[in-house]
Amino acid sequence: MTSQRVLIVLILILGCIWPMIANALGQTALVGLATRVLIYAIAAASLNIVMGFGGMVSFGHAAFFGVGGYAIGILAAHHGTDPLFGLIPGTNAFLIAVPVAMLLASAVALIIGSLSLRTGGAQFIMITLAFAQILFFLAVSIKAYGGDEGLVIRRPNELFGLNLRDRATMYYVTLMFAVAFFAMVWRLRRSTLGAVLNGVRQNERRMVALGYNTYAIRLYAFVISGAGTGLAGALMANALRFASPDMLHWTKSGDFIIMVVLGGLGTLFGPLLGSAAFLVLETYLGAWTQYWQLPLGLILLVVVLGTKGGIMRLLTQVAGWFVRRLP
Amino acid sequence: MLLILEQLLNGLQYGVTLFLLAAGLTLIFGIMGVINLAHGSLYMIGAFVGVYFGAMTESFVLGMIAAILGGAAAGLALEALVVRRLYARDHLDQVLATFAVILIANQVIVLLFGRQPLFAPIPEALSRSIDLGAGLQYPAYRLFVIAAGLGVAALLYVLINRTRVGMLVRAGSTNRDMVRALGVNIRALYTAVFVLGAVLAAFAGFVSGPIYSVEAGMGERIILATFVVVVVGGLGSIRGAFIAAMVLGMIDTLMRGVLPELMRLVLPPSEADALSAGLASMGIYLVMALFLLVRPQGLFASGN
Repeated sequence: MTSQRVLIVLILILGCIWPMIANALGQTALVGLATRVLIYAIAAASLNIVMGFGGMVSFGHAAFFGVGGYAIGILAAHHGTDPLFGLIPGTNAFLIAVPVAMLLASAVALIIGSLSLRTGGAQFIMITLAFAQILFFLAVSIKAYGGDEGLVIRRPNELFGLNLRDRATMYYVTLMFAVAFFAMVWRLRRSTLGAVLNGVRQNERRMVALGYNTYAIRLYAFVISGAGTGLAGALMANALRFASPDMLHWTKSGDFIIMVVLGGLGTLFGPLLGSAAFLVLETYLGAWTQYWQLPLGLILLVVVLGTKGGIMRLLTQVAGWFVRRLP
Repeated sequence: MLLILEQLLNGLQYGVTLFLLAAGLTLIFGIMGVINLAHGSLYMIGAFVGVYFGAMTESFVLGMIAAILGGAAAGLALEALVVRRLYARDHLDQVLATFAVILIANQVIVLLFGRQPLFAPIPEALSRSIDLGAGLQYPAYRLFVIAAGLGVAALLYVLINRTRVGMLVRAGSTNRDMVRALGVNIRALYTAVFVLGAVLAAFAGFVSGPIYSVEAGMGERIILATFVVVVVGGLGSIRGAFIAAMVLGMIDTLMRGVLPELMRLVLPPSEADALSAGLASMGIYLVMALFLLVRPQGLFASGN
């Protein structure tokens, strides 16, 4: 446990001084990269709640990411003009728009989850994928919100007069949300719900025999996960000032799964490490060759076939190796 | 009326293409328990190998033979290198590993052939329209695809229901542990089934070449629809896959054909086109979601 505390402190310090490091290196693009790492880490950590803690392989988490992003975009598009459906006024306020985005994402997760969780195994994977595809094609088909070209958000949300266009400001706002979210996941894992969810993953029959309503527990986790992914989508829409069908594409769901597994399924910091590894690979392999998905695919194949536990496992093994060699 | 009839034939043609893919996919799931996302890559490889050799030899038939051989070789390699290690793994590992294979296959195709679609010519003998009576002119090539697809389906039926290998396949999809316990060489059976699926996918890719475009990523456009077919038909059931492929192929094509006309009645043309294209693409997923709520196991559930 102590090694985990050390890791937490190290990550926090690194997170706080990251923009200064980037400035010192003269690479301000690193701030934007770190912002995206944190946002995807929130999404991956949300998926990890369902997939790692609960053992449900969702291939449709792009749906909640997209709902979060589009919620910000659509609210902003109606800000100061005609209200949505003639009833709901648009808004540009961060503290209203982001909670609304999370609420919407959890509502969508409630609907998708309550239907999908009636199945299991391969059918669950495919039905979550199907629901995400439905939302993807919905986003593509509505011209009023950009259709397949996406929805440009002219101004980022207002938050205490901060300028969210500024990379460092957006980074610190994202960092705050990421820290809060990971603290929530940490609490969740140690809570009764976390323990019960773990039980459902390991042996559902036994949990049923103990008197738990496993369907409700799974659904609860699924909705929390949807809200978290919606938060990530809302932050992404603010960071990019853009919401597009890309956020809903099925390969985005695949990317989230990759991040979770690359980092370490079911671990607390695996999603963060996985998101960082994925985006660093994407950025640097992408700058090096336009065929960057080829090495990514090979790395992924080796990780899946050759290792169990991803980067987290590797880190603990390396740490263990050092500890054994200490006098 | 003529339009609807033509759309029904188009739906039939799309349906048999879906069936060729779904048959392999459902067998691979039913017998080995593997979710193979990379099945679309085999479809793509078949199209590229076939069209490339077809252009080189200037022969459609030789191209088709090359596509089938290429599909078999790719299937053998994929099974030996990747899929064999996934039999004992959970669905998550299978999804991820085969997703990685998609990334690799697409990039290799881009490296070899570039991003431009490959031109796939229709053979001379089939490049005309046939009068089906009542004034309906229908392209001979699409009729050929329908006939070829139904022919392969019939062959598959005979193979599965009338031969010894087919008996093992049926037994395997009902209870694979029992088949293993009875002393069948299960590894050889797995390889054979995977290669059979690969050949069917490659064949589908090759004959679809002149109809859809032959380019990197073409597999993903059809593989999700194929999964819908497999899940609706019941994982592991070829009969279910056939019925689901036909019905979903028709529904999808009819929606694409009819929706724009209906939408144009109430919306301006550009919005109507975007909305109806989206709704039509959504159609099969909606059908699947609704269908699974009524029958979570699909049309015909297999034993596993």
